Amino acid sequence: MVTNNAPLLEVKNLRVEFPTRRGTLLAVDDVSFDIAPGEVLGVVGESGAGKSLTGNAIIGLLEPPGRIAGGEVRLEGKRIDNLPYEEMRKIRGARIGAIFQDPLTSLNPLYSVSRQLVETIQTHMPLSASAARARALDLLKEVGIPGAEQRIDHYPHQFSGGMRQRVVIALALCAGPRLIVADEPTTALDVSIQAQIIALLKKLCREHGTSVMLVTHDMGVIAETADRVAVMYAGRIAEIGPVRDVIKNAKHPYTKGLMGSIPSLGHRAERLTQIDGSMPRLTEIPTGCAFNPRCTVRGERCLVERPELMAADASRAACWLHDAGGVGTPVAPVREMANA
Amino acid sequence: MANGSSWLHRAADSDIWWSFKSSSLTVVAAVVTVLIIGIAFLSPLLAPHTPFDPGSLSLSDGLKPPAWMTDGDWSFVLGTDDQGRDVLSSIMYGTRLSLVVGLASVIVSMAIGITLGLVSGYVGGTTDAVIMRIADVQLTFPAILVALLIDGVVRGLISVKRHDEIALFVIIGAIGLSFWVQYARTIRGSVLVEKNKEYVQAARVIGLSPTLIMVRHVLPNVTGPVLVIATINLGLAIISEATLSFLGVGLPSTQPSLGTLIRLGNELLQSGEWWITVFPGITLAALVLAVNLLGDWLRDALNPKLR
Amino acid sequence: MLAFILRRLAQSVAVLLTVGLVSFFLFQYVGDPINSMVGQDTPAAEREALREKLGLNDPAPVQFVHFINNAAHGRFGLSYRTSEPVNRLILERMPATLELSFCAAVFALLVGIPMGVYTGLYPQHWSSRLFQAVSLIGISLPTFLIGILLILLFAVILHWLPSFGRGQTSTFGWWTTNFTSWKGLQALILPSITLGLFQLTLIMRLVRSEMLEVMRTDYIKFARARGLTNRAINFGHALKNTMVPVITVTGLQLGSLIAFALVTETVFAWPGVGQLFIQSVQFNDIPVMAAYLMLIGLLFVLINLVVDLLYFAVDPRLRGPGTARAGH
Repeated sequence: MVTNNAPLLEVKNLRVEFPTRRGTLLAVDDVSFDIAPGEVLGVVGESGAGKSLTGNAIIGLLEPPGRIAGGEVRLEGKRIDNLPYEEMRKIRGARIGAIFQDPLTSLNPLYSVSRQLVETIQTHMPLSASAARARALDLLKEVGIPGAEQRIDHYPHQFSGGMRQRVVIALALCAGPRLIVADEPTTALDVSIQAQIIALLKKLCREHGTSVMLVTHDMGVIAETADRVAVMYAGRIAEIGPVRDVIKNAKHPYTKGLMGSIPSLGHRAERLTQIDGSMPRLTEIPTGCAFNPRCTVRGERCLVERPELMAADASRAACWLHDAGGVGTPVAPVREMANA
Repeated sequence: MANGSSWLHRAADSDIWWSFKSSSLTVVAAVVTVLIIGIAFLSPLLAPHTPFDPGSLSLSDGLKPPAWMTDGDWSFVLGTDDQGRDVLSSIMYGTRLSLVVGLASVIVSMAIGITLGLVSGYVGGTTDAVIMRIADVQLTFPAILVALLIDGVVRGLISVKRHDEIALFVIIGAIGLSFWVQYARTIRGSVLVEKNKEYVQAARVIGLSPTLIMVRHVLPNVTGPVLVIATINLGLAIISEATLSFLGVGLPSTQPSLGTLIRLGNELLQSGEWWITVFPGITLAALVLAVNLLGDWLRDALNPKLR
Repeated sequence: MLAFILRRLAQSVAVLLTVGLVSFFLFQYVGDPINSMVGQDTPAAEREALREKLGLNDPAPVQFVHFINNAAHGRFGLSYRTSEPVNRLILERMPATLELSFCAAVFALLVGIPMGVYTGLYPQHWSSRLFQAVSLIGISLPTFLIGILLILLFAVILHWLPSFGRGQTSTFGWWTTNFTSWKGLQALILPSITLGLFQLTLIMRLVRSEMLEVMRTDYIKFARARGLTNRAINFGHALKNTMVPVITVTGLQLGSLIAFALVTETVFAWPGVGQLFIQSVQFNDIPVMAAYLMLIGLLFVLINLVVDLLYFAVDPRLRGPGTARAGH
């Protein structure tokens, strides 16, 4: 599905910061990536890695006091990160759709599904009420709501969780956006329904030629859906590359650890591994490589110098292992140092 | 957001003192409250006159305007009423009475509410149902109406002369009885939560008495909420007393609280003697506002997640 | 839904019976029903005969049934104070209280809701902070003090508005109204503001906090992500979701308006039932107190029922069980 046209979305050196009473936190630090038309980019990472904030920054809905502190976001070559609220509003829904984690709380409980669909369609498209309703009905059928004709006027509480997420997908797609930012679209659902929703999202986006930025902490979902994947750690991208390469041939020690911790992926039949320690708080990010306290292959260079993304086979990884200079004299991981 | 919530957590642990100092309005409210309470309780020492000693009054001093106005007299800074009583001294004594009634009725409702809440939560069953239904019905009616009704009943049961003598206790009881529900509900909820915790079960197994368990384990947990309710209710109780006295069913004019003073002054308002009403009114408003501000701050400080 | 309504009806009946019981005890045991029928100088033997005739020596439950039956027919005996039938006293004064409460409620809602929405949408704006501060003062000032200050300013100093009484009224059947003349309307202004101000600040603060809460919900964020206009989000999605708690509190507040009217009526010498009640407390006029209590109880119950019906209009989740929670 990956095409070689100009990218649909370009994110360059994006920085998101949060001023707090105890100083300003840099929650997204110098993140850059592209999404091609029709491409599905997976963004994985632990909670707090900055993946959802990156998504929110792209749709222009960072919650105050969070703000974009630097870098730029371009959609079809046009900068959108500095647009006035009203301009950005016209892009949201029309050019960029969004899907959030919890379908149970994403829909207004007091409005019927038809009303929510029709108001979204009419906000972005010059359609009459009846035409908008007809479009709404088509969308509900397309997302697989059985008996859509009867159910269109039902209220959200009359739908199950999976059905509600289908409605949410219909709402995200209803004005024909070019990009969908899906933030953990299946996390709140039953495992049995997750696969259906992912398959539906994938199918619809292929049919409509819509690009997707799929934010999740679930590597399984990424493996099934994404064309490329970006792994985030402590507000930065640790590794980005084609999904097959990242899974089978991870280049960053963090990604390797992440893949090793997932059954059914990576090292088949071997025992699951785990990464010692936890991601640092944003207030306590170490100097050098942010991952170094947990890294088993770190060297002296990793303690002082921060690696940028660099080419590593088909992917790019932020790790000195892939630099000509290497990591320097090996340093024992924190865990072993503590034991020594 | 990890950073957001950790910030909240730290704000929650950070001492109440910090949150107090950081709100200048709260500091002002605290100073005003302490000042009013201090002056009120020291009124026998501080008041320039003894307004309720008939011997010291002279009708020729009646209806003097505040000192800075023409005909004013600096020995009666805020003027005098029609009986020649010094308004400033009346306010000092009246504030003391208002505070006594307010504090006492808060203690009464706290005692009733905590007891009923403990019993209701711990005993459960019919007792619980009966207490909570009474609470529901009482909540249907505004507290002032309940207090009026209780006052009316007592008046029906005793003679008018006798009523004046015990008016203070009647009004404390009436206001106290009209504000217990909130305490009872809070305590009951907390008891229901604690009751099934393992340490309570364990304490019961080793033979500690239920009362002891409740007093030792449940009460410390609800100190915060109870304190918040009490502070907010103090403002309400002072207003209730003032309202009842203003309506002429509270404290008699021989024992005037701020509300009584405002009622007495109100009768002279039309003829232009505004100071007899306005100064007690300002004192009442300042007192209640300061107490309410403290209550608001306390609620937020003890429960930052509610903000 | 039917179960819900039945439960609420049962609750209402329970409240009415409790109130009836309190009134009954007041009427029978605190007061002396005989006094409400005969003169003070009636001999004891005659009183005892009347007592027997009226069934006052019957067992208490029987008497209670009598009392409720009488109350249902509006028979509360004679006022101790004026020796007039209690129901006539109350009926005469009812329109004054209802009109005052109605105007106060309209004032509180029409000003309180927009102020709450505004301060909820722009909590950081200086005018929102000003509204918040003023509302705290509004809550801290006792109603009667507000009334006195308004009288001082608009009646005594400025001479713009009357300070007491209903002004000019017209009569339609048993109903007397202020709404037909300019003088009558003028007389309504100060009492309505006085009575409504507290509810106004309460409604404003409630709408504000609900609005702040709703603006943080996922569906508002999703509505923004769909690119809906601020207008549609603020006044459609958000405001409608704040309405459920607002209806509850407003409903209860309307009830307390009628009760609080007694303070306002005393300040403005407004000839309503509240003033009547205060006089009856001062003069220990038990039959009037009992009747007033029953009346307030009835009004509260009626208001609560209306509030329940409004819920159904606003919240689809209450309208019947989720039809076909169809499979995934």
